[in-house]
Amino acid sequence: MKAIAAVLLTAVALGAAVTGAQAQSGSKTLEQVKQKGFLTCGTNTGLAGFGLPDDKGNWTGLDVDFCRGVAAAIFGDGTKVKFIPLSAKDRFTALQSGEIDVLARNGTWTQSREAELGLLWAGVNYYDGQGFMVRKKLNVSSALELSGASICVQQGTTTELNMADFFRTKSMKYEAVAFQNIDEAVKAYDSGRCDAYTTDASGLYSSRLKLVNPDEHMVLPEIISKEPLGPAVRQGDDQWFNIVRWTHYAMINAEELGITKANVDEQVKTANPEIKRFLGVEGDFGKGLGLPKEWAFRIIKAVGNYGEAFNRNVGDGSPLKIKRGLNALWSQGGIQYAPSVR
Amino acid sequence: MQNAPLGTAPLNDAAFLRRESAPSLPPPVAIGGVLGWLRTNLFSGWVSGPLALLFIALLAWTLPGLIRFFIIDAVWSANDGTACRVPGTGACWAFVERKLDFFRYGSYPEFEHWRVDLTLIIGAVLAARLLWPQGKKSTLGLLAFALGVPLFFFIMLPGPQAAMRAPLVELPVLFAGVGLALALEYSRLRTAWVAALFFVVYPVAAVLMLKGWAFIGLSKVDTDLWGGLFLSLLVATVGIVFSLPAGVMLALGRRSRLPAVRFASILFIEFVRGVPFITVLFMANTMLPLFVPDNWTPDRLLRPVIGFSLFAAAYMAEEIRGGLQAISKGQTEGAQALGLSYWQMMRLIILPQALTLVIPGIVNIFISLFKDTTLVAIVGIFDFLRTIDAARIDPVWSGPTISATVYTFAAAFYFIFCFGMSRYSMMMEHRLSAGRRH
Repeated sequence: MKAIAAVLLTAVALGAAVTGAQAQSGSKTLEQVKQKGFLTCGTNTGLAGFGLPDDKGNWTGLDVDFCRGVAAAIFGDGTKVKFIPLSAKDRFTALQSGEIDVLARNGTWTQSREAELGLLWAGVNYYDGQGFMVRKKLNVSSALELSGASICVQQGTTTELNMADFFRTKSMKYEAVAFQNIDEAVKAYDSGRCDAYTTDASGLYSSRLKLVNPDEHMVLPEIISKEPLGPAVRQGDDQWFNIVRWTHYAMINAEELGITKANVDEQVKTANPEIKRFLGVEGDFGKGLGLPKEWAFRIIKAVGNYGEAFNRNVGDGSPLKIKRGLNALWSQGGIQYAPSVR
Repeated sequence: MQNAPLGTAPLNDAAFLRRESAPSLPPPVAIGGVLGWLRTNLFSGWVSGPLALLFIALLAWTLPGLIRFFIIDAVWSANDGTACRVPGTGACWAFVERKLDFFRYGSYPEFEHWRVDLTLIIGAVLAARLLWPQGKKSTLGLLAFALGVPLFFFIMLPGPQAAMRAPLVELPVLFAGVGLALALEYSRLRTAWVAALFFVVYPVAAVLMLKGWAFIGLSKVDTDLWGGLFLSLLVATVGIVFSLPAGVMLALGRRSRLPAVRFASILFIEFVRGVPFITVLFMANTMLPLFVPDNWTPDRLLRPVIGFSLFAAAYMAEEIRGGLQAISKGQTEGAQALGLSYWQMMRLIILPQALTLVIPGIVNIFISLFKDTTLVAIVGIFDFLRTIDAARIDPVWSGPTISATVYTFAAAFYFIFCFGMSRYSMMMEHRLSAGRRH
């Protein structure tokens, strides 16, 4: 019996080692994706504005559009992508095991996730951070005026800790009213149990829609934590990493150059050398990525530039109406910045 | 006289002798009519009277609010959440109506919905034919079967509004169901053949139908797009259909005299019962791809379905073992004395009795299985409840009443199916134990 168990265990360990080695050896992700004929993208199980099926079951959202962009760069068709909804627990394992090719699931970029989990963040497609929501009639215009306030928060999250840090460093008093789940916290805030409600800013905007009178509430400008959200890939495939990263950069560059989904066909005829390079009219900047030279054209044609994707999914064009804030281009007061295609 | 022996005392010495008939008692209080019903059912004693009053008060307290929320103040039609967000409005049924397709089919492509409908209606008719007790049959019963079953699933799935939208696709689906039901009845196909159809032909046809096969002109729909009600029904059906025979085999295996068979059965049952279901799901969907090369990994939907079925089988085995143990040794000895082989004995003598005994337990497992299908959501599969959860956060609709509305809808769905199973089992129990009732 023991011997059998030992043999079995060894076999499993060997198998794991072999497949583990396979997963790490070389830049094969692009080849595999091309062979399969579609991109496999890990997405949220449902987060308004970032990854959510619509009435017809089609995935929509900022992260979803990002994956469609990657698929468009590879296949010239933004629909050649399979979305795998992942919970917070299994998202990284799914990426490590090779079940998904890219994880665009509003994952926060942290040091330990790169250093210890063997992942790489390809960029930040949404700069999030913790904020506060209050009633307008409270006449508060800054989080610094929240001294002595009672604040509804979800229990056991980093949100709770960030808030403690913030109030301690500002030496202000506050009363935390913690709830097991986020719906309860929102409900309690709505019923007047607390003066303010705190969670990540993107969440504040979607929570606001659940309130009885959304217009009576406002999000305060202070952001008290750094939550850079972006797409991640496995380590060990630099070419694939570049494809994912430059998909993001292409969307930002397109916004900067004024190329939109609607005018991209016109822009091909432009005299502007930068746009010519970008759209693949001049030179071949796709080669190094293993993509055709019109890779960026394909991305914009499929999902539009970053500003369009933002506006459509979370910004003014959506019910969430999140302000661009940090996510505006660097030239417009934000920190979204991309190196040039040249 | 005084010395007369005790035993021979004369009659007129008795302490009391009734000489005229007792006065007649008043007639019993009427047990008919409304008052009678109230008296026997609600106010029959000191305990039930106040309790009845308490519950009536409770109803009077909650019912008006519920009716107001779910019916009077409810929003029945709207294009987005604005109407539902108005303070004081009740349930947002418009939201459920708008999302109904998503709840029923998940991400399954819209123009292929009829494939799901057809598959489910055919499955429902076959299953209903198998579950419907044979024997005396009335025309009314036949009509109920031929019209009721297809119609029920037709309303559950495409629904009347889809039938109006696409009558050329959806109505033939309904007619196919009715036609199949009538054909099954009038051809007097033997139950064994219907069973073969359902257990062998139907699964293959269903997979081809749902997944598509270019050869028969159906476009391919990968399982990652499957979801909603139809997926829940699919997972539950596979689990239920697989778990009963597998459970019987495991139960017999555990009582077998062959050490290898017994040991393997015990190992499987105890192992499966010893780990939480969620662990099995995680193992299947998160860990398995780590050990197995990419192209060997089974389909992402198939993995939890297999885990689910194996899990159900282990619990079923123990339930059935309980039934086997309740059969007295005399039955086995009698069967052996008749010269029956092991399998004949099991099939003809032991199992029919044992299974009848444990019907309540089996159905209990079926019902909990049906509800456990919601657990597959944690590995990212969009079952019915998960689609509801995802729709709930749609910012176009989200509002204070959305969650209450849509969870009520989900509860109603699960209740209809679970209560149906429970009533069915009671009926079967009643029929099958007819010989043992005194």
